[in-house]
Amino acid sequence: MPDPSTKPAIEVKALDKHFGSIHAVRGLSFSVNYGEVLGFLGPNGAGKSTTMKMISGFLQPCAGTVIVNGHDVGAAPVEVKRNMGYLPEGAPCYGEMTVAGFLGFIAEVRGLTGTERRQRVEEIVNKIHLQSVLQQGIDGLSKGFRRRVGMAQAILHDPDVLIMDEPTDGLDPNQKYEVRRLIRDMARDKAIIISTHVLEEVDALCSRAIIIAAGRKVFDGSPAELRACAEDKDIDTAFRELTSKTEQAQGAARPT
Amino acid sequence: MNMIAAIMKRELAGYFATPLACVFIVIFLFLSGIFTFYIGGFYERGQADLVPFFRFHPWLYLFLMPAIAMRLWAEERKSGTIELLMTLPVSTVQAVIGKFLAAWLFSGAALAMTFPMWLTVNYLGAPDNSVVLAGYIGSFLMAGGFLAIGSCISALTSSQVIAFVVTVVICFLFILSGFPLVLDFFHGWAPAMLIEAIAALSFLTHFDAIQKGVIDLRDFVYFAVLIAFWLYATVLAVDAGKAG
Repeated sequence: MPDPSTKPAIEVKALDKHFGSIHAVRGLSFSVNYGEVLGFLGPNGAGKSTTMKMISGFLQPCAGTVIVNGHDVGAAPVEVKRNMGYLPEGAPCYGEMTVAGFLGFIAEVRGLTGTERRQRVEEIVNKIHLQSVLQQGIDGLSKGFRRRVGMAQAILHDPDVLIMDEPTDGLDPNQKYEVRRLIRDMARDKAIIISTHVLEEVDALCSRAIIIAAGRKVFDGSPAELRACAEDKDIDTAFRELTSKTEQAQGAARPT
Repeated sequence: MNMIAAIMKRELAGYFATPLACVFIVIFLFLSGIFTFYIGGFYERGQADLVPFFRFHPWLYLFLMPAIAMRLWAEERKSGTIELLMTLPVSTVQAVIGKFLAAWLFSGAALAMTFPMWLTVNYLGAPDNSVVLAGYIGSFLMAGGFLAIGSCISALTSSQVIAFVVTVVICFLFILSGFPLVLDFFHGWAPAMLIEAIAALSFLTHFDAIQKGVIDLRDFVYFAVLIAFWLYATVLAVDAGKAG
């Protein structure tokens, strides 16, 4: 485990991304330390997923840098990916594989071998309760199980940095509770970013929250500070007030 | 190397997890039988060789190889698993090579299953088995060429149908480029060197040479360069997807 007192685990500097004429992310900067769970909030289309894709090295930023564990994602992508777990939006998995086969493949690519691989896979399967579906094809699983397979894939190698795009989306209340507990358990020695639309999750899980709207950061602080932004101390109201202003301004500025 | 092997194994298992592998192998064996015995006149020729068998391989491959290659990247894009694959500690080059090798090995396995053809010709007569072996090697190399083209086109789209159709067209051009139909188009205005170069690009020119048992280094180099070129183009295509 890296020393938490040293540099931040994730440093995002002036990140910028265009898709054709759409300016998805505009000069976004923030950092995440070990032991922090950062809640990444924002309306649909605000640039949350795009930012997470750039941190994970799947998308190349148009400008700006991402440094994870001291490695530049652009310059040393494989080093960064080695020590990072990433759950893409919708938790895509190879549907034709069995759960056991899929996790075996991930373990192999993650460089786990022999006894270590067996132990690690077994540990994760027990932790995430996948025993009952181990020999089933992923295509035939329910949404909740598929999401859990995605989670298993992301934490199989016990990464220091974990990035999860809507990990609780589409889960039932029990499953949500389980996933939150899992994330809380891991939070102590990792740097975790999760994106979510469920604002109660910010209270329950996150030590810090960032809200982005139209690709810009509009809030960065603790959940309590976010609450304090609204007159009625409600987190939903605070979210609405912070994002609607930016979106309106954006709407007015957009050429028709 | 381990990464390439891991990706290759997963991809290969993917072929056999769906009916695709079975369907492909059955159709390949069935069609190559028909071509050899009915259209190629295997018996009527009265010669102990496998020329009627290999002669139709370019045309068989024209449709069958794009069918293997079309899913390589297009399916990953469609299902979103490309995001998973490309955020694993695997370089683009490793992923491209691993996937290509899986497809190539699979086509090699299908080709190897035509061994009854070799047994038949040995039972009926005394063929020059070194020529037969050269034919198999040439056919395998040509399959690699087709698959490398298919891999690149597959990386450019998320639609397997588009990948298939475009690959067939490009492979068709690569076969045709040795035919007068194409060369006549260039005659009269293009320098002779260019025309020769175009003719030399044809799969047929090189495959025919190897198939006849003439092992010329140039033909091997041709297929190696062709495969390397298209795989490099695949890497560029996959990385271009990252730029959004």
